[in-house]
Amino acid sequence: MEEKIKFELNGKPVEVQLEKTEKLLWVLRTHFNLTGTKYGCGEGYCGSCTVLIDDEPVRSCGTTMEEVAGKKVVTIEGLANGDKLHPVQQAFVENDALQCGYCTPGMIMNAVGLLKRNPSPTRQEIIDGMNDNLCRCGAHTRIFKAIESAAETMKGGK
Amino acid sequence: MKPDKINEYYFHDFDTPPSGMDRRDFLRNLGGGVIIVFSLSQLSFISGMKSRNEEEFPKFNAFLRVKEDGRVDCYSGKIEMGQGINTSLAQTLADELEIGLDKVDMIMGETDLVPHDDGTWGSMTTRFHDPLIRAAAAEARIVLIELASEALKIPVAELIAENGIVYVKADRSKKITYAELTKGQKIVRSLSEKPPLKKAAQHKIIGKSFLRTDAVQKVTGKALYTADVRLPGLLYAKIVRPPAHGAKLTSADTSAAEAKPGVKVLKDGDFIVVLHANPEKAEEAKNLVKANWEIQPSKADNETIFKHILKTATESRVRHKGGELETGKKESEILFESEYLDGYKAHASIETHAATALYEKEELTIWASSQTPFGTRQELADLLKLPKEKIHVKQIFLGGGFGGKIYNRQATEAARIAKMVEGTPVQISWTRQEEFMYDMFRSAAVVKINSGITKGGTIKYWDFNTYCAGDRGTDPFYGVPNHQTVTWNGKDIHPFGTGAWRAPGNPTNTFARESHMDIMAHKIGMDPLEFRLKNLKDQRAVNSLKLAAEKFGWTKAKPPKGTGRGIALGIDAGTFATIIVEVTVNEKTGEVKVNRAVVGQDMGQVINPQGAAIQAEGCVNMGLGYSLYEDIEFDWGKVISSNFNNYSLPLFANIPPVIESYTFDAQDEPPQGGGEPAIICMGGAVANAVFEACGARVFRLPVTPDRILEALKKA
Repeated sequence: MEEKIKFELNGKPVEVQLEKTEKLLWVLRTHFNLTGTKYGCGEGYCGSCTVLIDDEPVRSCGTTMEEVAGKKVVTIEGLANGDKLHPVQQAFVENDALQCGYCTPGMIMNAVGLLKRNPSPTRQEIIDGMNDNLCRCGAHTRIFKAIESAAETMKGGK
Repeated sequence: MKPDKINEYYFHDFDTPPSGMDRRDFLRNLGGGVIIVFSLSQLSFISGMKSRNEEEFPKFNAFLRVKEDGRVDCYSGKIEMGQGINTSLAQTLADELEIGLDKVDMIMGETDLVPHDDGTWGSMTTRFHDPLIRAAAAEARIVLIELASEALKIPVAELIAENGIVYVKADRSKKITYAELTKGQKIVRSLSEKPPLKKAAQHKIIGKSFLRTDAVQKVTGKALYTADVRLPGLLYAKIVRPPAHGAKLTSADTSAAEAKPGVKVLKDGDFIVVLHANPEKAEEAKNLVKANWEIQPSKADNETIFKHILKTATESRVRHKGGELETGKKESEILFESEYLDGYKAHASIETHAATALYEKEELTIWASSQTPFGTRQELADLLKLPKEKIHVKQIFLGGGFGGKIYNRQATEAARIAKMVEGTPVQISWTRQEEFMYDMFRSAAVVKINSGITKGGTIKYWDFNTYCAGDRGTDPFYGVPNHQTVTWNGKDIHPFGTGAWRAPGNPTNTFARESHMDIMAHKIGMDPLEFRLKNLKDQRAVNSLKLAAEKFGWTKAKPPKGTGRGIALGIDAGTFATIIVEVTVNEKTGEVKVNRAVVGQDMGQVINPQGAAIQAEGCVNMGLGYSLYEDIEFDWGKVISSNFNNYSLPLFANIPPVIESYTFDAQDEPPQGGGEPAIICMGGAVANAVFEACGARVFRLPVTPDRILEALKKA
């Protein structure tokens, strides 16, 4: 049965009429045409569909709309401030921390969540925080560097 | 192309690019500016390309256009899947044309706009495509200088082009921009002879590191992949799949699915498709289809497949031969015989296969995650019985390929469905389970090696038989006087599709050879580096090996027990690659941790050093998977590996904390492949390092903890 669900999406209040069991991933991709959030495995193993819900990185493929109601959702499209990239996005660009780019939105959203929880992560804490996000191109080496450099930048209050 | 043909095609490492070009005319649709086109004879002298079918070659074949606003469009049939060629090709163009890198727009893989290309695979872009773009850019620069000469009334010899402006050498205040020169012009220039190219020392952009030009699109979610294409009225298609390859549909009841609102069900024999405007509802409705299948009896599983391969791969072909094996055997003082095994591997791109298609008025427009846009076009033209000009394959980013996206099954499926619902756009995006089911896996394979050496460490005898891995990487660069390489294959060996996987077959062949090299070295107590250098006859192989060994800091002194170093080297796509790793092995659990990997390559001229280093890192990190973790589990046609919980990709916790990549200085040599070569070395390097660390010689990839513990019992 369809019902109204309200939540905040990338800083704006939104309302959708749909079944509450529908998954956030597909609602973002089809209803809102926010295709930066990617399908990779559908079962929460790969992390390409990661978004922030109330500042926590969450797998949108396994998140029902019922769980989203009343919450704040941020997707990769909502991270930059106009043309000014978020420090994590900027660090991914400057460190060439991507290849095919398909896992990148999920990597970035997960890293943003990690740095919100822990602004100065050690290498081991980055591993623990990022370990469930998969990259097939093998960009891990530079993703480490990007997260470390973003942490430095963000500490400077930028 | 038929799958059997494809495998012959991709598994062989080409010295010259294959060809088979289409006749087409680009100029009709292009706007003004300076346009550079090639003809067949010009292509062959520039790239070394030998055409098999001259009639198929286009009369016009645009490679670049300097537009009236001074920007440049580069038309390339290649696609970008992460390897970074949209940056490196633009570098080449910008350097030879003398224009800023930010002024170059890459138009890639869109069949209505770009010249025919056989596809993006085999690390062929930089080897064979880059020279064409380089020559086109050099020619365009000559044309622009000629135009400037007319405009400024100054002889050509007194002019120089720099950064989009032609200057009078003696008085740089006299100048004219490319935009001014191309305004209102439409000049089409076909190369009459190979234009003079810059020497390496003159390059300003080639040979320098540049960041990816597509990074901002990719970090903001704006980069478009196939499943991101949205068209009005788009329906998402889900196909009813069998539980196993080879299963036959005996009955199907679609009534429950059809009863759902908004659902459309299509049937064409055993091709049953459920469509809905909401992808989740399409999937739910598809799951309501009650289908019964008859499954084939099992002939092998992931443990018994190797016996099955040896029994069924009965067609042999001698690939390399020299001297006499019997002589070699007689001249040898110590003989060796080993068998190496490798299981099936998935490509596992994070983007699954997808296609978005619209069939209307006997024309098909399609976005497809394909490494072969022109191959897709031909396949779909054949399928739909339309002239290929009626099939429009659009430009798109690929979310990884690795050879897995050259087979286009999903494009065929989308085209079939699109025709069945003519006028309505449809999208297929495989689930991860479908991806594991229909992936064209890297083949399971067996390599048998018989060899012989003198007590002094000279290899006299080398008999290499490789089953289902092809000949790629088997070039006899160790220079053994009496040698033979035989490839074995056959029909209907595999229960599912197999195909090209990053450097097809080469990781298996290199794992076997380099493990065997180590075994021989250790038998006579010789340092494995010294043993290789003693036998190597190819200077570029030596360059690569010495570079890696020096940077690694290789010594004859062994590290403490539990730590080991391993070397492997090989050739792929014209590049010699060596990887040396250091590992730690936990002898109680068999767990392996790679601490450091050093890559040394002789890859000729390097266009984008950082791009090349990133490819090397990618090869190490991705290669770790086939070396230590990845193996397809299956029971004949039933693929048990179905998602990332039961097929393990390398994780952040697994990748080496230190990866160093070095290239041999060869900037005046032709550029060679970079996307694939280094990955071939990982299996051998890891297996050899595990041996040095704990004495366990593992003959089968991946080198799992169980196999290490098993080997330790024998050590």
